[in-house]
Amino acid sequence: MAVWDEAGAVEGLEEILAAIRPALSESLIEAHIRRGELTLLVARQDIRRVLLYLRDEPSLLFKQLVDLCGVDYPERELRFEVVYHLLSLHHNQRLRVKVQTDEQTPVPSVVPVHPAAAWFEREAWDMYGILFADHPDLRRILTDYGFEGHPLRKDFPLTGYVELRYDEDQKRVVYEPVKLRQDFRTFDFLSPWEGMGELLPGDEKAQS
Amino acid sequence: MAETDIVTYSVNFGPQHPAAHGVLRLVLEMDGEVVERADPHIGLLHRGTEKLIEYRPYLQNIPYFDRLDYVSMMCQEHSFVLAVEKLLGVEVPIRAQYIRVLFCEITRILNHLLNVTTFALDCGAMTPLLWGFEQREKLMEFYEAVSGARMHANYFRFGGVAKDMPAGLDERIAAWCDQFAPFLDDLETLLTDNRIFKQRTVDIGVVSAEQAIAWGFSGPMLRASGVAWDLRKAQPYEVYDRMDFDIPVGRHGDCWDRYLVRMQEMRESLKIIRQCLEQMPEGPVRTPNHKVTPPSRAEMKRSMEALIHHFKLYTEGIHVPAGEVYVATENPKGEFAVYLVADGTNKPYRCKIRSPGFVHLQALELMAKGHQLADIPAIIGSLDIVFGEIDR
Repeated sequence: MAVWDEAGAVEGLEEILAAIRPALSESLIEAHIRRGELTLLVARQDIRRVLLYLRDEPSLLFKQLVDLCGVDYPERELRFEVVYHLLSLHHNQRLRVKVQTDEQTPVPSVVPVHPAAAWFEREAWDMYGILFADHPDLRRILTDYGFEGHPLRKDFPLTGYVELRYDEDQKRVVYEPVKLRQDFRTFDFLSPWEGMGELLPGDEKAQS
Repeated sequence: MAETDIVTYSVNFGPQHPAAHGVLRLVLEMDGEVVERADPHIGLLHRGTEKLIEYRPYLQNIPYFDRLDYVSMMCQEHSFVLAVEKLLGVEVPIRAQYIRVLFCEITRILNHLLNVTTFALDCGAMTPLLWGFEQREKLMEFYEAVSGARMHANYFRFGGVAKDMPAGLDERIAAWCDQFAPFLDDLETLLTDNRIFKQRTVDIGVVSAEQAIAWGFSGPMLRASGVAWDLRKAQPYEVYDRMDFDIPVGRHGDCWDRYLVRMQEMRESLKIIRQCLEQMPEGPVRTPNHKVTPPSRAEMKRSMEALIHHFKLYTEGIHVPAGEVYVATENPKGEFAVYLVADGTNKPYRCKIRSPGFVHLQALELMAKGHQLADIPAIIGSLDIVFGEIDR
């Protein structure tokens, strides 16, 4: 590929992974390098220690938390992933750290390690309802004052639940349940030749 | 003697304030004229872009990126297009890479002209705005020439760009370059050593290099604090490794340094534009892989396969292999990145947009604490924030 020197990048990442493995052995659940990007899956309760180690270890110095976001996989038992993207300005390397959680279990906030995490964690709480323990100020950030629900969850409809308009009689903006003039259209583009699972339609009859 | 009670009171700055650069509601806790706490309330322009992206085929998502930060349009398309290309493993023809770099640098000048001149307006100088917008208008004509739209271009495509540049555009851009360098000198005579402008900006909103790194700063904000970090140099993409340009770095990390860095960056962008025009080879502007880019009209009239490709591309769209990538580019405002999770279908599973303004605005309290109310517009102006990308 023209854009990235992938071979060169992976070599450095493998060295990083080799260095990280012994130091984080009890926290590290999984680690892999794909498309020239290193991903670590770590235990939720250890995230603060992991980021602190990655920040302060002189051979790594991942001092910048460039991004933090949630991802929703409703079919999993621990449905949410919190993804931290780190950048080492000193060594010109990037790293992705993930933890998994569900709706009830809070993730330790990393604000004491990276102050930049404060708003990102507020956003993840707002969008997905992921709880962060010991966050200094876990308010909603992007949605409306008094908003209910977490809009980026996969089970939250694209249209939302309420719409608002200016009411001439009451002289203010009022909230009402969403009314659609036309059904919301989604098309299934999964080809039966590609998207079919193990079980073919009709197979269940043979087993019953 | 009874101690006087210190009464702090709060001031609502915005959401409709000309110096708030959009819809920023800033709740300021004041002790007299001095800011004690600054709490930005954002989200008034939240349109749910990330949610919408999950419901659209890949190709239909490119226009959303124009509308995030509506003054650096093509640079944002660039991040998304590069992310999808990385997942697809598509190679971009060399001419398309040059065109992309050329227009990214034009966009950088567009953005910095807007920021520098409105920043000056916030500090009381009106003329730079009028001058700068004349130049912006000329640049938007180049946008229009390639894409048909002055602002929301929707020009980059997976595996190339939508169309080749029209004949004669390179000469027009070169002619524009020749008059822009003296224009920048004129603009600097108005601002750089202007006594009022310096009184409003020097030593205001100082951020040290350590603070800038810890708070996740990027782009001109980071460079003004003295960290020589530029993704175009550090992690070059497209043809930036062939370009000869310098990274301007500030020393104090105050508002004036941020202004100076942006002024100097415009000169560097001008250098890159000139090099692009000189080096740009002839050739195709889209990858010949018709699973990604549509075939030509003429081909479709003759080949059944080309017709099928065209039909599949515009009904079903591209199926992107499952995986996740994080692709960052050096936007005018800083590191603009896309974290894309694909599940093998024709729609993204998750697309997180990392906008630089969101991170910079977060540090407003750090910068504003202890300053006077009149310094707040200067600090906000120097942050270079646009709410389209912060609220998404």
